[in-house]
Amino acid sequence: MKYTTVIGLEVHAELKTQSKAFCSCSTKFGGEPNTHVCPVCLGMPGALPVLNKQVVEFAMRAGLALECEIKKFNKFDRKNYFYPDLSKNYQISQFDKPICEGGHIDIEVEGEHKRIGITRIHMEEDAGKLVHSGATIKTSDSSAVDYNRAGVPLIEIVSEPDMRSSAEARAYMEKLKAILEYIDVSDCKMQEGSLRCDANISVMPEGATEFGTRAEVKNMNSFRALERAIEYEVERQIELIEDGGTVVQETRTWDDAKGITLSMRSKEEAHDYRYFPEPDLVPVEIDDAWIERVRTELPELPAARKSRLMQEKGLSDYDAENIVATMAMAEYFDEAAQVSTDAKGIANWMLGDVSAYLNTEGIEIEQFPITPQNLGELVNLINKGVLSSKLAKKVFTEMLKSHKTPQVLVKELGLEQISDEGAIAKIVDETLAENPQSIVDYRAGKDRALGFLVGQIMKKSRGKANPELVNKMLKEKMQ
Amino acid sequence: MKVTTKDVAHIAQLSRLTIPQDEMEKFTEEFNQILNYADMLNELDTKGVEPTANVLPLSNVLRDDVALEGVSLEEALVNAPEVHDGGFKVPRVIE
Repeated sequence: MKYTTVIGLEVHAELKTQSKAFCSCSTKFGGEPNTHVCPVCLGMPGALPVLNKQVVEFAMRAGLALECEIKKFNKFDRKNYFYPDLSKNYQISQFDKPICEGGHIDIEVEGEHKRIGITRIHMEEDAGKLVHSGATIKTSDSSAVDYNRAGVPLIEIVSEPDMRSSAEARAYMEKLKAILEYIDVSDCKMQEGSLRCDANISVMPEGATEFGTRAEVKNMNSFRALERAIEYEVERQIELIEDGGTVVQETRTWDDAKGITLSMRSKEEAHDYRYFPEPDLVPVEIDDAWIERVRTELPELPAARKSRLMQEKGLSDYDAENIVATMAMAEYFDEAAQVSTDAKGIANWMLGDVSAYLNTEGIEIEQFPITPQNLGELVNLINKGVLSSKLAKKVFTEMLKSHKTPQVLVKELGLEQISDEGAIAKIVDETLAENPQSIVDYRAGKDRALGFLVGQIMKKSRGKANPELVNKMLKEKMQ
Repeated sequence: MKVTTKDVAHIAQLSRLTIPQDEMEKFTEEFNQILNYADMLNELDTKGVEPTANVLPLSNVLRDDVALEGVSLEEALVNAPEVHDGGFKVPRVIE
């Protein structure tokens, strides 16, 4: 039987505020355990939370960027569960009145455009971190709890179950990450946990109208992990059904090393959250003036930046789409474009050799060793005829290692292209004198002879002779 | 009867409370008494009344995003029954 996969994503993004959501503790990453804590985030009896205004603004910004409706009346609720990562035994969240509703993200997979709905965005607080004594949670006798992250503000962005493949889920996640980076509300580092994703996954027979029972998969901290986890889980569910079994609704964790999802039975009974309105916080009312102010402060979004690159820089749809895919790539491009006006040339390098290098090294453009200025200079050297594209690749490879400017490297490596007519004429004459038969062949109409002669000249000049000049001069001399 | 002994056992489990078996009936009875008492509220006509989110006549109590020093590590851990590497040591979280 053929199956249709149904995927919905719940994405948590840590907001880039200075202080926590409901107290003034620092949100700085990496402090010694329990050094960014106070009576509020430690859940001391009688300590009262006060909402950070910036959290509301960031959530509004995200909502506007994702085309949501901003709700005017907001309240917070307590989500009750016992787990030591929460000091209060409840998490302050928004239950039935989220700040944003009904947005969408447009994705493109293999040339097909699709709109993925966003159900809601709500504000909540992050939990603390458990350091387990053993290698894994299951083999640990005890854990040590650090509440530095407890109370750090989050937004949770819940999608509609609109995705039908792991590729669509990845495209949605990439687009969402880019938008959150552009509007500067989150660091969006999946590896560090400032952007996290849970996937609700189910399968149903092709053509069915009712979704199958879903499993919620957690702990995927890269795009690749998200894709692999979905692919594994879909296969697991189909196999289960084919073998006569049924999928149970449960929470599963992705084990990246083993490449499998595992049931997390411990979380099951905790699903009775007994939400009720948080009595320690008063409602937040958002008026039109506030919404409009946040809207006018919204930075340029990827779609706008893409059309700007196409109109102002003349980039193709494909190039522009890939350049704006991440904020860092777009910034890199803009900086390089200040040095060289050849936008297409820069885009070619970035989407070609640069991206290839990033992929092999497994790094982001932020860690790329060549500065955008130097890449721009390299493009200029090619356009000025100083470097042939072949030699430019050699210089590029050196730039990766040495951090020197391309101009310096060209001199150091003795790679300057020979564009001096006198010098080229000398090599051309020499070569012609050594190969009289080729001249005869050429005059007899054998084009291959020309190619052979060019090859000989390039060899003599160690690849430095300007190929256009060589061609032109050869033809003139053999007329 | 609004709730049964089964409901009480479930709520006790969620609250990590142990209710002795011989007190189960008593708890269930008291639960029901409390719920019946609260039921009086249903006698009021609340048609057209917005649900109350908070009893205070306030909204938009907000704080500027400024980070301040919290408490010291020693103060933070003063109530911890056990400490490990600056963390609150807790027993195994998965059975």
